[in-house]
Amino acid sequence: MSAPIQEITLTVNGERVTRRVEPRQHLVDFLRLELQLTGSHVGCEHGVCGACTVRVDGAIVRGCLFLAVQADGTTVETIEGLTESGALADLQAAFHARNALQCGYCTAGMLITADALLQAEPSADRAAIRAFLSGNYCRCTGYHAIVDAIETVAQARRVR
Amino acid sequence: MKGELISAGALDRPNSYIGRAVPRPNAKRLLQGKGQFVDDLTLPRMLHVAFVRSPHAHARIGAIETAAAASSPGVVRVVAGRELATHCTPWVGVLTHLTGMKSAPQYPLAVERACWQGEAAVAVVADSRAAAEDGAARVEIDWQPLPVVTDMETALDPRTVVIHPELGDNLCFRREIETGAVDAAFAGAHTVVEAVFHTGRHTGVCLEGRSILADWNDAEQLLTVHQSHQAPHMMQTVFARHLGLTELQVRVICRDVGGSYGIKVHAYPDELATAALSRLLRRPVKFIADRLESFVTDIHARDHRIAGRLAVSATGEIVAIAIDDLTGIGPYSVYPRTSAIEGNQVIMLTGGPYDFKNYRARTTVVLQNKTVTSQYRAVGHPIACAVTEGLVDMAAAKLGLDPIEMRRRNLIRDDAYPHTSPSGFVFEKLSHHQCLDKLVVLMGYDELRREQATLRTRGIHRGIGIASFIELTNPSPLLYGIGGAPISAQDGCTIRLDPGGTITCLTGVTEQGQGTETMIAQVAATAVGVRLDQVRVVTGDTQVTPYGGGTWASRGTGIGGEATLRAGHALRANILAVAGTLLQADPASLDTHDGKIVDRAGGAARMTIDEVARVVYFRGDTLPRDFQAELVATRHYITKHYPFAFTNGIQASWLEVDVETGFITLLRHWVVEDCGRVVNPLLVDEQIRGGVVQGLGAALLEECVYDEAGQLRNGSMADYLVPMAAELPDIEVAHVATPTAESELGAKGAGEAGTAGAPAAVMNAINDALAPFGARVLAQPFTPERILQALGKV
Repeated sequence: MSAPIQEITLTVNGERVTRRVEPRQHLVDFLRLELQLTGSHVGCEHGVCGACTVRVDGAIVRGCLFLAVQADGTTVETIEGLTESGALADLQAAFHARNALQCGYCTAGMLITADALLQAEPSADRAAIRAFLSGNYCRCTGYHAIVDAIETVAQARRVR
Repeated sequence: MKGELISAGALDRPNSYIGRAVPRPNAKRLLQGKGQFVDDLTLPRMLHVAFVRSPHAHARIGAIETAAAASSPGVVRVVAGRELATHCTPWVGVLTHLTGMKSAPQYPLAVERACWQGEAAVAVVADSRAAAEDGAARVEIDWQPLPVVTDMETALDPRTVVIHPELGDNLCFRREIETGAVDAAFAGAHTVVEAVFHTGRHTGVCLEGRSILADWNDAEQLLTVHQSHQAPHMMQTVFARHLGLTELQVRVICRDVGGSYGIKVHAYPDELATAALSRLLRRPVKFIADRLESFVTDIHARDHRIAGRLAVSATGEIVAIAIDDLTGIGPYSVYPRTSAIEGNQVIMLTGGPYDFKNYRARTTVVLQNKTVTSQYRAVGHPIACAVTEGLVDMAAAKLGLDPIEMRRRNLIRDDAYPHTSPSGFVFEKLSHHQCLDKLVVLMGYDELRREQATLRTRGIHRGIGIASFIELTNPSPLLYGIGGAPISAQDGCTIRLDPGGTITCLTGVTEQGQGTETMIAQVAATAVGVRLDQVRVVTGDTQVTPYGGGTWASRGTGIGGEATLRAGHALRANILAVAGTLLQADPASLDTHDGKIVDRAGGAARMTIDEVARVVYFRGDTLPRDFQAELVATRHYITKHYPFAFTNGIQASWLEVDVETGFITLLRHWVVEDCGRVVNPLLVDEQIRGGVVQGLGAALLEECVYDEAGQLRNGSMADYLVPMAAELPDIEVAHVATPTAESELGAKGAGEAGTAGAPAAVMNAINDALAPFGARVLAQPFTPERILQALGKV
């Protein structure tokens, strides 16, 4: 049941927002319902599938395992903001060229996770890419094309 | 001129996009988080529904106490099954051509009894999903548990409770096939092998749950349904039929769909309930199935036990196959496709790649108190393929034949078409031997065998598994329409030339990420003679697209693509008629290319297509009085010569079995398949790979595990395992192209081939690895526990 409403203030995709939220509301619902940022998706609501992956203070988190009230005072970035900033542009282009998505429901989470990997481990090979994606579920592609696309970007970023 | 336009050469035009690996234009919105899935939509005064679902597999519904729920904050209305039944008529999921099939009437919400764990009984409608769930938690139902039917093996025993007494027993459907002299063939055979196979009951696990937003406009008397679905026109008819509306009063819109695979091609009770609630409340009502309710309400599939026998001659020729299939489908046959097609497919497809004469098969489809089963990607195919390929390998082993050689001796010869299978399927033209030869080279078969032998001496146990398969695509009305279902086998495309020279295509086939819209755009651009970036494709809206079946059974390209090609040719002819008038030239001397009107001979540009459009739309006064321009063309297509366009292919798996732990490591996987003309290799390869991985899931991980009380034991994504990136191999795909001569495009389907053959390839590879131990596994999924049991270690 609902508990007392709490006020939170955070920065989402570069904009400061203040909202009153129920303590039980998780971050992905907050983003989707309160801010209409529908690019983050809800797949399992128990932290398995990775469709709700967003960045909080630079680290990737599961939006379904993170409460909105926990995000008070943080900086949150979603697929919408990361698209605007161009942070994912090379990954998005590679995913497009390689058709590393079908239905697109997992894609935002895949891109944000892939970017986190390449920042932490620029020399990731296919096995490392596969291992890092093991918390992101894709039912359509069979992952092969996703691994191809990320591998291409890893090589390009290393050259750059 | 007509004959020239529809010649095969029309596909090889200078600006042809047919066969080109172009990326999907509509993928960009998904990459940027700008897709529009149903749950992304918010309508004014929108309400949300949560359902109170049965915690029991079988229970009578006693008193329902709703007062506390009704007063819960945000709750607008609480509706139980008996009330909702007055707003939505029940349905019976049978097809009349499946002789003797029976099922019971099913309501949007359970009325007197719940017949599976998860069946919805009460709807709680509130101003948010959270408030609706709070309300649902306060509904009290006096559940009175009843005896359950869970084991399909005993479902027909006289002592077993009959789920629907009015049906007399728990038998939904039974069919037998007998071709040739089966008993004599077995009696006279050199060698007979037999085995009992099990395929695990599993489900689709679409990452986006089933989703519907129903919006009844009482002033317009119009129901607009936003739905995550593959077949909008079918649903339009279903909603109209059961809500007492005409099709004019129902508009179904399917925008982005987050995975479907056959899961979202059915009429679900809770979705009909949502539409009925919208009408009852005269407000938009949204229902999004969460993960837990998806596991107990999305259709399951493939719960089969198959006893099989195969007889061969001394030289390895297959002389007879006999199978006895049993499947449990839940308490109701699913509407309107039914739950008997899968069993029927198993007996129709078994033995499909092989040339043999004597065949006996029986499927028995029984009711039980579990989640309903129905058509999931590659309906029946992976089951038939595993049984066939398992038996073929057993026979080969018994005769000391290599699995490749065994298949060379028995696959239908590439020059032996048309061929009629013992079950009655007619194959126009397949390429089993070409595919086999290509696979042997692709995978380096002989080298792998040497590597396998070397590794065995070091205690490393790897196996090679081969699986030939056929896939049923481009279905005619003989699959569903003939049995009375509102499922269209024909499809259409309308192409309109816009004033600026771009074209808009509207089609009845639908997009769920496989690339339908891209394929349609490629065909339309090629046929009309414009650039790909001059095409927009509209799908998934019953108000504007030609009536069609949607996307299922690998029909999008073969049926929808052909309709588009024909519409594009018609529009091009219309454009050239205008151009001929303007240029005072014979239209037959003109052609289109890259957005321009050109001389057919020489290719010199004469004018642009947008100039034609401009004249027709804005300066019709300059055209002759006796000439009426038509810059819209609609064409439809349905297969007529063959009930189905069969494709074929072959898969191979290379894996390692840890005989101490039972763990399996998939190392490589290869597919050679023949879907006829490939419109976009990038998309086809993705269909194959994605399909393979769903088959690998079935083979190794996925199973809906029930206890004896009919409780699903692993109904969460943490407990029900699906393939993840780390445990999968790269998958190499190659093609042989044997276009169907039935259509100009020549395309057959490719969406299910991967799923059809993958489990069999894995099973045969595991058993190849286990061969030195005399061990064998036949029950999917092949878990470490089952491997160790086969090895006698647990």
